[in-house]
Amino acid sequence: MQTNSILHHGRGKHAKWLEKAVVFLLLVCASLAIFTTIGIVFSLVVEASQFLQKVSIIEFLFGLHWNPQTAIRADQVGSSGQFGVVPLVTGTLLISAIAMTIATPLGLMSAVYLSEYASSKTRSIIKPLLELLAGIPTVVYGFFAALMIAPFIRDTGVGMGFNISSESALAAGIAMGIMIVPLVSSLSDDVMNAVPQALRDAAYALGATQAETIKQVIFPAALPGIAGSLLLATSRAIGETMIVVMAAGLAAKLTANPFEAVTTMTVQIVTLLTGDQEFDSAKTLAAFAIALLLFTITLVLNIIALRIVEHFKEQYD
Amino acid sequence: MTERSLTDMAGLAARHRAEKRFRWYGIIAITISLGFLAVMVVSIGSRGIGAFSQTRIALSIHFDEAIVDPLGKRNTAELSRSNTNALIRASLNELFGQVQLPSERRALYALVSIGGAYELQAALEKRPNLVGQTKTMWLTASDDVDIFVKKGINPALDPALRRLKPNQISWLESLQQQGQLQRKFNTSFFTNGDSREPEMAGFLGALVGSALSLLVCFAISFPIGVLSAVYLQEYAKKGRLSRIIEVNINNLAAVPSIVFGLLGLFIFINILHLPRSTPLVGGLVLALMTLPTIIIASRAALRAVPPSIREAAIGLGASKTQTTFHHVVPLAMPGMLTGTIIGMAQALGETAPLLMIGMVAFVVDIPTGILETATSLPVQIFLWADSPERAFVERTAAAIMVLLSFLVVMNLAAVLLRRRLERRW
Repeated sequence: MQTNSILHHGRGKHAKWLEKAVVFLLLVCASLAIFTTIGIVFSLVVEASQFLQKVSIIEFLFGLHWNPQTAIRADQVGSSGQFGVVPLVTGTLLISAIAMTIATPLGLMSAVYLSEYASSKTRSIIKPLLELLAGIPTVVYGFFAALMIAPFIRDTGVGMGFNISSESALAAGIAMGIMIVPLVSSLSDDVMNAVPQALRDAAYALGATQAETIKQVIFPAALPGIAGSLLLATSRAIGETMIVVMAAGLAAKLTANPFEAVTTMTVQIVTLLTGDQEFDSAKTLAAFAIALLLFTITLVLNIIALRIVEHFKEQYD
Repeated sequence: MTERSLTDMAGLAARHRAEKRFRWYGIIAITISLGFLAVMVVSIGSRGIGAFSQTRIALSIHFDEAIVDPLGKRNTAELSRSNTNALIRASLNELFGQVQLPSERRALYALVSIGGAYELQAALEKRPNLVGQTKTMWLTASDDVDIFVKKGINPALDPALRRLKPNQISWLESLQQQGQLQRKFNTSFFTNGDSREPEMAGFLGALVGSALSLLVCFAISFPIGVLSAVYLQEYAKKGRLSRIIEVNINNLAAVPSIVFGLLGLFIFINILHLPRSTPLVGGLVLALMTLPTIIIASRAALRAVPPSIREAAIGLGASKTQTTFHHVVPLAMPGMLTGTIIGMAQALGETAPLLMIGMVAFVVDIPTGILETATSLPVQIFLWADSPERAFVERTAAAIMVLLSFLVVMNLAAVLLRRRLERRW
């Protein structure tokens, strides 16, 4: 006991009190993550519920028309605004679908090449280069999509006799797809590496080529994990803002045509909140309602994806 | 038996071809992705490089005392507000005496940017003894002149639609022949705040705004992130609470950034009434966003410290807290710093949440504190990309080059730090 207190610089009981205080402080810091989540849910729900007092939830979730122009003066006629979120959701899904159509093959094949074929030297050069794509700010992709991809698509379309609007879903989708490639490739790389070597060895021993092993053994074995990583990438695409704000446009149209301009949930949130208006106007509150929907969709996707990936990894541990 | 092995040989060749094809798919996928990166970097670089130079017009300016200092007081405050526009007009009139019609004169004056007058005012404020002298001054040309000098005229465009009229072009050509029209290094791009006139717009205001926001972000997210990681990795018992915290951190890392902006708008601005559009609120929002990155990286760094270090410290009688903070945390610090720098780099590139909290304001003055209205570098890029003037395209691309070089420097710093300080156990 005597030696112990000497080693504790003679603080004895004091040290015990200090230990407890430190643990408490650490716990407070760590709980900030919980408070942030609560804060997000709280602020979105409070504002969205105010919005739903003005517009019915049925109209919001199932309405087919989005036209948030509300009356500026109380006595103004004819512009009560339409708050149907369906065209925004379909626009978001259209652009995300284009992005995933590009990112899935590129990301998966890059991952296969890097994890199964490339020498460790090639890998050490290519992998960081690919990850650069994820490090570039989205505003840069937005600028590139609006200034170069969109005119390129329009000119190609004109050359082939189509009339394509200068703000097309395709331009935003392509830029977003390229941005997501490293996310897909690094996640599926992890997943494929988690497939036990024994499965590979067994396939080789049966005389399968490397490609056959990958296609018929590794892919099926890693499928749940790959699906999880694709879901995570989709949720990233749905929540992406700057690319669509700069390249996708504002027209809320119900269309599946990638050459038309569509708008997304994130674009509308930005448009509704960057103007000058009163804080409790229906327009501002609508932004929070869209955000609540967006948060719910991405949260559900993330939870499912994280569950799948975790379950998959446990399976082989 | 023979027949079977023969077909097998044919099958084998096909299978080997399939093998080769499959390998090529991978190479093609990587080439497309990296090709896109290369096209993007090259096209932005080639567009942006022009913004680092700016066309200037040399005019011999007579600092007429009757105009700039009619009372003869040489008061710098008065001089900095004097009517220097008249000086520029007088000089242009003298140079092009043949131009008489008022409409033509207006076209002539339009060659010099309205920033030219400010430049003369600044020169007078700095050196009041210029009054009464005649000096050759290089004044900023207007954005249309700048584009004309850099790109020439577009022959495909209908002359009636051109921004510069034929007489303006002929004046410019005569200036060019006398060496009075030159491209010089664009200092104002590095030292000015935003401006409605492309030729006067600079990114310094936005850069300072970004730096102040990152400072706030770092001051909050680094200590909290490190302490959270210490709790989760060193102290937490495998229980329900630590499980909930972990799930929360993983989910927060995947929440769309714009949602953090709405959180900031509601909590920090509407409930806590912090001043809108300021680096303080921007930094707070960015801190909440970067926390998951820092926590995840710091936990990995703590995990890499071998248990023998902890056991040795405990064995010598150190308490849990002493072990952690005297031995484990210092050893994990390089990894934690690396994660923090990467988190800061992400925060520097973030745009959407800052739009939500009003950091999209048009800010001419360079902010000096975290409570002043400011914008940030990526938001400035967004604003310029949205501007109709053609000359802003060049500046947008150049600002992207500046932003990307900061990101490259930060990421390189992270890599170097990891290489230099990382210890192998």
